[in-house]
Parts: sequence; structure tokens; C-alpha cells
Amino acid sequence: MRRLVFAALLAPGLALAAFLPSDRLADPAAEERAQSIGREVRCMVCQGQSIEDSDADLARDLRRIIRERLQAGDDDGSIRGYLQNRYGDFILLRPPFSLATGLLWSTPLLALLFGLFLIRRRRAVVVPAAPLTPEERARLDQLSG
Amino acid sequence: MSDLAPRPRRRLLLAAPLGVAALGGLGFWYMLSGLQNGSFNPRGVPSALLGRTPPDFALPPVEGMSHPGLSSADLRGLARPVLVNFWASWCVPCIIEHPQLMALQAEGVPIFGVSYKDRAEDARQFLSRRGDPFTRLGADPPGRVAIDWGVYGVPETYLLDRQGIIRWRYAGPVTAEIMNEDIKPLLRRHA
Repeated sequence: MRRLVFAALLAPGLALAAFLPSDRLADPAAEERAQSIGREVRCMVCQGQSIEDSDADLARDLRRIIRERLQAGDDDGSIRGYLQNRYGDFILLRPPFSLATGLLWSTPLLALLFGLFLIRRRRAVVVPAAPLTPEERARLDQLSG
Repeated sequence: MSDLAPRPRRRLLLAAPLGVAALGGLGFWYMLSGLQNGSFNPRGVPSALLGRTPPDFALPPVEGMSHPGLSSADLRGLARPVLVNFWASWCVPCIIEHPQLMALQAEGVPIFGVSYKDRAEDARQFLSRRGDPFTRLGADPPGRVAIDWGVYGVPETYLLDRQGIIRWRYAGPVTAEIMNEDIKPLLRRHA
């Protein structure tokens, strides 16, 4: 019960901290779209957070810009492009696929292929055991009775 | 007994983790030495505008100051390379870097300022107390032009060559080392 009361007391504060109501769009669908774009945009000040989670001044400015452009009729890609033109790929939390990030994205695949290659090689290397020589055969018969 | 003889392939496989560790160590050493001499800054993000001209903009002068404002037209076809410095009176690192800007201005290098999210009277007071290194000074109270430049915090300093192409950007206070090791060589190269 006490925990519930605490949660109830804290919840509005948390919501307010990241977001002033005046920054939100009236249309819930548009607001949802804006938030989904914002969650993929890095806050350049705090760097580990998205602008939707950040309190930084710049993050608030960028949230506003996203909403402005969205209302001006831009699609998600061109809003991301707008930010990317100014701040580079680093502003996107999910690095885009390009020549420079190609190795980054293909590393898991390359590691898998390398592993498969090793397994194949190991399999190929296994040589059938040489047949027993007559002496070995005799010794074995002696031991096993 | 053939399987007791060491197989070269197996030896190679044993050496592989050692090789990987050695490579990792080398990379780590390289990174640490870069941290030490300042050539590698893990928090630094290269500007997306390097090698490009700045975006179109026109900033009014700071109210009550005799400097003209700053627009993209002022950054084309220059007689010599210039610095563009984004700053604010409320920004503590800007106080730290201020003497460097004053010294550079005394050498005749034009420094164009952008007053970022600041009040005119605060900006005026800051400059009258600490000296005024700027030849032009644009006011950007909403910080929108700064966003167009990819500024993510003040102070931020850009170096533009004579064609107005951005050649260098530094986020953070300009120190004497940065002045001597980065800015001055670049000014000479693009003179």
C-alpha cells in the first residue's frame, strides 16, 4: 500500500521531468510517431540517452524540431535525415548501414561463417583410426580373454 | 602413434587467441597514447559539416552592441581564414577559453561570434568585463542556427578557410595547447 502511494506520488514528477505538456502534440497518433522517432535519436549532450529520455536543453529543442517537421508533413526518414545532416550518423542510436558501418553490421555474420568454416575443417580433418596391427590384435585378444 | 604427434594446424589454433589478445593490446595501447597526447577524444564527435560550407542563416546583431550581426553571406569569399565561436555568458568553459580568443584577435585573426541562448545585456556585460574578441556577433536566442551547425554545447569553435569551407571544429573550451597545436597550424595552412 505504502509502495503504491509512493509510486502514485512519483509518477507525475517523472513524466514531467522529461516532458513538459506544452511540448506534446495534441494528436495522439502524431505524438506517438514523434516519440518513436525521438527514441532513436541520441541526446548529444548525455550521449547514452535518447532525446525522449533526456532532460537536456538541446534534447528538448530537438524534440520540438521533430514535432514541427512532423506537423509540416515530413516523413520519418526525412526527419532523421534532417538531424543526420547536422549532427552526423552519431545522432542516430541505431547506426545506419553504410560503407563505414558495413563491418560493424556484418561482424556477427562473419563470425558465424568463420565458426562454420572451422567446424567443417575439423570434420574434414578427422581421419579414420588405423586398423590394428596383428600384434595389437593378439594383445587385445589376450587382455579381453 | 600418429595422434600424439603435434599437428601444426592445432598449434596454429592455439596461437590464434594469443594473436587476438596481442592485437587487442596493441589497439588499447594506441587508444591510451591517443588519450594522453590529445589526438583521440572518446567524447568528441566529428562535425558533420567538415568539408562543407555552413548552412544558410542570418543572425541579427546583439542588441546594444556596435558589431554587425552574422550571416552565411559574411562567410563566403574571405580575405583570410576565420574562426566562428558559439558562446554564452552563462557558460563557464567560455570564461576559460576567453583569454585565448582575446590573444588570437590581438594577432589580427577575425573571430565571428554567435551569442547562443543568451540575453543581450548579459552578453554585453560579459564582453565589457572580459574584453571583446569579436569582429561580428550574431544573436541566436532560440539556438536554432546553432542546431543547423550541429552545435551540441557551448563553447564550440569552427575554423573556416577562405572559401568559407569548414575545416575544423572543436567542442569545448579552446586551451593554449589547442591554439598552438591545432588552430595556428590550420590558420597558416589555409592562409
